[in-house]
Amino acid sequence: MDGFPILTMMMCVPLAGAIICLFAGENGARMTALAATLITFALGVLLWLNFEIGGAQWQFTEKADLVAGFSYSLGIDGIALLLIMLSVFLMPICILASWTGIKKRVGEYMSAFLFMETLMIGTFAAQDIFLFYVFFEAGLIPMYLIIGVWGGDNRIYASYKFFLYTLLGSVLMLIAMFWMTTTAGTSDIPTLMQYSFPAGPQTWLWLAFFASFAVKVPMWPFHTWLPDAHVQAPTAGSVILAGVLLKLGGYGFLRFSLPMFPQASAEFAWLVFALSMVAVVYTSLVALVQHDMKKLIAYSSVAHMAIVTVGLFAFNVQGLEGAVIIMLSHGLVSGALFLCVGVIYDRLHTREIDRYGALSNNMPYYAVFFLLFTMASIGLPGTSGFVGEFLSLAGIYQISTTVALVCTTGIILGAAYMLYLYRRVAFGPEKNEDAQAMGDITVREWAMLAPIAAVVMWMGVYPESFLAPMRGDIAALDARLASAVPASDSELVVAAPRAEAANAVAPVEGHSDGGAH
Amino acid sequence: MDFAPSFALIIPELILTGAGLILLLWTAWAGDKAARPISLAAVLAFLVSGLMLVPGLHSGAIGPDTLAFGGLLKIDSFALFNKALIYLAAIGCLLIAPAFFNSEAAGSERGMRAEYSVLVLFAALGMSVMVSANDFMSLYLGLELNSLAAYVLASILREDTRSAEAGLKYFVLGALASGILLYGVSLLYGFTGGTDFAGVREGLTGELGTGALFGLIFVMAGLAFKIAAVPFHMWTPDVYEGAPTPVTAFFATAPKVAAIALTARVVFDVFGAQVDAWRQIVMFTALASIVFGALGAIGQENLKRLLAYSSINNVGFILLGLAVATQAGAASMLIYLFIYVAMSLGSFTALLMLRSESGDLYETFGDISGLAVTRPAIAWSLMLLMFSLAGIPPLLGFYSKFVVFQAVVEADLIAFAAIAIAASVIGAFYYIKFVKVMFFDAPTDLVVGKSGFAHWALLGVMTAIISPLGYLLTPSISDLAGKAAGALFAAV
Repeated sequence: MDGFPILTMMMCVPLAGAIICLFAGENGARMTALAATLITFALGVLLWLNFEIGGAQWQFTEKADLVAGFSYSLGIDGIALLLIMLSVFLMPICILASWTGIKKRVGEYMSAFLFMETLMIGTFAAQDIFLFYVFFEAGLIPMYLIIGVWGGDNRIYASYKFFLYTLLGSVLMLIAMFWMTTTAGTSDIPTLMQYSFPAGPQTWLWLAFFASFAVKVPMWPFHTWLPDAHVQAPTAGSVILAGVLLKLGGYGFLRFSLPMFPQASAEFAWLVFALSMVAVVYTSLVALVQHDMKKLIAYSSVAHMAIVTVGLFAFNVQGLEGAVIIMLSHGLVSGALFLCVGVIYDRLHTREIDRYGALSNNMPYYAVFFLLFTMASIGLPGTSGFVGEFLSLAGIYQISTTVALVCTTGIILGAAYMLYLYRRVAFGPEKNEDAQAMGDITVREWAMLAPIAAVVMWMGVYPESFLAPMRGDIAALDARLASAVPASDSELVVAAPRAEAANAVAPVEGHSDGGAH
Repeated sequence: MDFAPSFALIIPELILTGAGLILLLWTAWAGDKAARPISLAAVLAFLVSGLMLVPGLHSGAIGPDTLAFGGLLKIDSFALFNKALIYLAAIGCLLIAPAFFNSEAAGSERGMRAEYSVLVLFAALGMSVMVSANDFMSLYLGLELNSLAAYVLASILREDTRSAEAGLKYFVLGALASGILLYGVSLLYGFTGGTDFAGVREGLTGELGTGALFGLIFVMAGLAFKIAAVPFHMWTPDVYEGAPTPVTAFFATAPKVAAIALTARVVFDVFGAQVDAWRQIVMFTALASIVFGALGAIGQENLKRLLAYSSINNVGFILLGLAVATQAGAASMLIYLFIYVAMSLGSFTALLMLRSESGDLYETFGDISGLAVTRPAIAWSLMLLMFSLAGIPPLLGFYSKFVVFQAVVEADLIAFAAIAIAASVIGAFYYIKFVKVMFFDAPTDLVVGKSGFAHWALLGVMTAIISPLGYLLTPSISDLAGKAAGALFAAV
């Protein structure tokens, strides 16, 4: 693979597809988009196969001086590899999901998605901090269009909110980046990851990055754009939003906040924990009372992402690994759940939970898939959700038992709202004739759901495939964070040793002369 | 005194003067029938004089060799860079004009007038003098030559009341600004005893007296008027809305470049020893322009008015680069100017293409509703231009904000940068409103008029420049801007 610019290729293929889609007819655009995403996925597989586990930290590096001020340099480590794989894997599925649902302005729609794919790969592969920012921010444009043009009734409000909220979060980060590059004298991410900024400015830098990433993750109370955006976006838009865009926030913490500002991260861990605890409990309760399926899953996303942030700030290997696995798992599972909603939405054109019921009778295969993803969302052992949540919570337990306790209730609440949703949709009495008349999933829908189901099971049964590529990077990050680990409340407290053995029986008064033993 | 080297330095201006005079005679004899060949001849004159700038730009002209006429003019690479921008903008405004004036709806009353090109030539000549001024006399001469031509340009549609109103407003307020500037200059002359920049600078070293401070403030106020910076911006929306659109495009680009370059020259060359005195003024106007430019635009329905507020907003960002008072800041300001000119020309060209069947222009949000369905090419270009103006990557508009904010942060003005960039989010609100109206709203099918080749070509070129492809230009632009800023600081 030496010298072949595979990362650039992976960005160029969807970009070329995006331009062709604008000019191709409706069917031409669909076919072009599918072909482009499949080729990119094939390149992604090639990328993974050629990724040398345990090799250099940064692989497939490319560098070109095209721009004054920053450089076009790409390269990936194991974490970026996994997130790129998630993006290129979900993308063909998104295209399939929009195959019949999108009827107006198909060319522009497909083009926006392909453009999005280019930007996502670029964000994860960028090795220059400004190049990262360019890709990170540019994603606003296609997503704004996707929500605004093809969204539901309240799409304008949702698109404005999404755009302005995330923009405000990011611009402060840009100022922080300028300060960092001026101080460190380079905009190269690997170098900056090793650079020690003074403790005072670290606080401000951390807050500036937090302003951006907390909105993207999203953390409570910066999450309010998410339910609006999800509900209004078309199905595939929700899949990309939940599947990949939310991961940008977590990736940002992992790539910037933690390694670049370890002391500030430790200092603000309490803030992250507090917000995450609120998010887990509050958004789970909110999810419980939703009538709209998409809104329910959107709130559940906030709860799951809160466990990601908790894991990230656990400052140990389990927490970090767990956080990455939840990001991957949540990308797959919530994406799949949105697809499941999309499947029945395409048939009945409503997301109202009460309009459905007893779908397991007339849509048995659908019910099976839906059940699998419901269970994966809850975190049932054997699915990907379990691995991530277990690792994260095990990680955080080493730092704070309280946080672990509160966050674990999220699993119980998650089971509550997901099973309640499933019961109302798939079981129960037959309520609506039109819902009972819906046909089971088609071949196209099989092709969307089956691959995700397979990967969810794979990740649940043999997570080593996903842990291996990032092990070295997590270990490096853990070593970098070692100096700043906050005090733990679950350490064993060593008391003063007792005078005698623990099982010694105190002599009883009056029987000191022995007797019956 | 040997004037040969001086004349050699001002060859571009000589060409423009000669062309202007010849074309004026041609106009007088041939009348409006010859408007089109005259405009082409003017474009040719700009191209030729633009070519004359290339060697100096490339080598980065700097030092005492660049002084002409005993220090009245300074043709260094800073002047050359801005001249190149001015000529390019003027060419753009000449190219888009005929199709606008000669539409069917207008009839003979509104046909392209031959004077248009001549006035643009003389205005650009005035700007050329402005950007190379090294003495308050030549500064004022250039400023007035530019302004007088511009007042006439604003009211060139004599039958149109809005155009006449714009011309009158521009004249009255412009004259007021010139008066304020002149008063400031006279105070500086009184307190320092000179009108040449170096002499005034020498007189201003050390403690700044009250009289000289007043002089400085009046000069800054006059210049702020010319660049339409808050709080002297109130004429902009009215003039921009009333003037014919090609003229508005001209006002938004070339004179802005000239006035900003002039301001930079004055603050560094004349007030270079009093950085603290003018810096707070510039910092305030920069922030105020960003905020008011953004807030004022929110309620606007008229697109030209909105772009007027947008230009105020952009001037704020350009002034940020100036407020830094470093060479990097000046270079970033020049890069911003280049990108701003491309974005403005592109946006106004797109507005010119929003025509009805009979050629009338549409100017409000309601008219462009759903444009993405009916006229996708215009809508996509306009969308890219608007995102670029909002500074969203990967469009080139982001790069302009990138360099400016980088310079601001390097100068350690972090709080200032944070406030300014947060205010830029307000601006994003109305830029994305353009996109919302064109892409999300139901189509009205009003915009059906055909556009000429010149419009399409200019829109295409400007869109290509602000698209991510434009980043390939950045190494050479920042090299040129760096040399120009170096020349600006060489004297200091």
